[in-house]
Amino acid sequence: MMRPASLSSPSNLAAALILVLLALLPLFAELLASPFLVTLFTRMLIYAIAATSLNLILGYGGMVSFGHAMYIGIGGYVVGIMASHGVHAGWLQWPLAIAISALFALVIGALCLRTRGVYFIMITLAFAQMVYFMGVGLEEYGGDDGLTIYNRSSFGSLLNLSDKRVFYYVCLALLVGALYLVHRLVQSRFGMVLRGSKSNDRRMQAIGFPTYRYRLTGFVIAGMICGLSGALMANHNEFVSPAMMHWVQSGDLIVMVVLGGMGTAAGPLFGALAFLLVEYLLSRITEYWQIIFGPLLILVVLFARGGIGSLFDMLEGRRRG
Amino acid sequence: MADPLLRIEGLVKRFGGIVATDQVSLDIAPGELHAIIGPNGAGKTTLIGQLTGEIRPDSGRIRFQGTDITRRPTHRRSLQGLARSFQITSIFLDLTVAENVVLAVQAHAGHSFRFWRRVASDRRLQEPARAALRQVGLDARADARAANLSHGERRQLEIAMALATEPTMLLLDEPMAGMGPEESARMVETLRALKGRLTILLVEHDMDAVFALADRITVLVYGRAIATGDPDTIRANPEVRRAYLGDQGTEAADG
Ligand SMILES: Nc1ncnc2c1ncn2[C@@H]1O[C@H](COP(=O)(O)OP(=O)(O)O)[C@@H](O)[C@H]1O
Ligand SMILES: [Mg+2]
Repeated sequence: MMRPASLSSPSNLAAALILVLLALLPLFAELLASPFLVTLFTRMLIYAIAATSLNLILGYGGMVSFGHAMYIGIGGYVVGIMASHGVHAGWLQWPLAIAISALFALVIGALCLRTRGVYFIMITLAFAQMVYFMGVGLEEYGGDDGLTIYNRSSFGSLLNLSDKRVFYYVCLALLVGALYLVHRLVQSRFGMVLRGSKSNDRRMQAIGFPTYRYRLTGFVIAGMICGLSGALMANHNEFVSPAMMHWVQSGDLIVMVVLGGMGTAAGPLFGALAFLLVEYLLSRITEYWQIIFGPLLILVVLFARGGIGSLFDMLEGRRRG
Repeated sequence: MADPLLRIEGLVKRFGGIVATDQVSLDIAPGELHAIIGPNGAGKTTLIGQLTGEIRPDSGRIRFQGTDITRRPTHRRSLQGLARSFQITSIFLDLTVAENVVLAVQAHAGHSFRFWRRVASDRRLQEPARAALRQVGLDARADARAANLSHGERRQLEIAMALATEPTMLLLDEPMAGMGPEESARMVETLRALKGRLTILLVEHDMDAVFALADRITVLVYGRAIATGDPDTIRANPEVRRAYLGDQGTEAADG
């Protein structure tokens, strides 16, 4: 489960196929005359980016951060606050969203990573709650009610993000970039340290790794990628509010990663798509969709311990022999 | 002894009321294979823990290559050339055998803030790793998941990982624990091949192995080093026979 599967494993082929279909989605949406599909899937792509970043530290690094949605909020608020001051340049907004997320991750990670196990979960949650209430306290930016964004990030004449399809493809490209980045990271020396430290941190130190600084670096990289997803989310919703970083959101991100297959290259893609699709479909059937959704998740976790990705690989194994 | 590689001076470690290490002083020469024997609970693992830096001594000093390392953190001691294998096998079960050893090589190949290049195609890591696996006879299992190794193979992997860091000194805590006779014999051969090429501190219960391999032996009882000497001296020492070796020692001495 921990080994980064080769790019030609069944689950990665399935992921490639899904990405191709996603690339064609705006065409389907046009054929079906339902532009709403583009909006729905844009949201999925953004969550998939956030889940991809969480997968780096949770799936490969064993760091169960229960506050990861915090960076969605931070990235989002950076965009929202800058926009409210008339700064719309994406070249400024997005790098700053990433940089501020990195700063938060650095400080919070430096403290949290001194703890392990349940303590780590609780303390990341505590910090995320702190940041959440900081958002609530931003009275001049709407406080609890949030902040409306009247202009999406501007990239001059290069990209017009107000065009839903352009924005969709930007999100898709960034998702592919994030997936590939994490895929490469976990196979590098840095990634080996992360994976080794998940597997046996004590031994890592005994053979000469000061693991703390590598884990912290991973934590910061994950925060940065997630911060970018927050900048996208702000543009998508044209609105930011503390609800973006509510702890339930952090929980959802964890579920997406586990559902898709922790520590697998394509897991976050499967997880985010499945989670949000099922949520969407169930919520159309009944307003009590969570009563069905919960048990469904438990079933997947019980019967496909490696997540959805492992289902593809199991099917392949069965076909072979 | 002119210049010991490792010098332990008046080491003391207490756990509550128990004195696990009681004024232990010991010199180990470069290239020596020094064995430590003693009954369960004698403080052997605790002593190794203090040498690696995982356990802080209450008093006393540890010098390695002439420098005081008593307060040095574990990873720095490892980088300095002090490698250990654990009594309880402590490998990376989720990784492959090769990846386990690669990590050990990587630990000593500069910092790991390298984010892009694949480890799998990095010959500076792969080649020393393969060499270490060959030394312990595990090269055929390189691509197996470590979790799928037999007990004996895991212990061999432990040694390979320690070797991969190209240590000056190897600290082995009961490398043959729980092994069948065949696996033990293989481990003895592995250690014999290593002997003389690097300094080894061997904690081991298997008396045949200890007396066959060791240059010198220290006997630890209730945290105290009651005797140190070459195998013949230790066999003959009456206090050692009474305190520890008992019948088994007589057999070893006579047979
Ligand atoms: N972390 C610890 N806390 C309390 N007591 C310990 C601890 N580690 C070891 N001891 C005690 O110290 C003594 C020496 O243990 P140990 O070094 O494991 O002996 P050995 O390896 O020779 O069997 C034992 O009495 C053991 O119970
Ligand atoms: Mg012991």
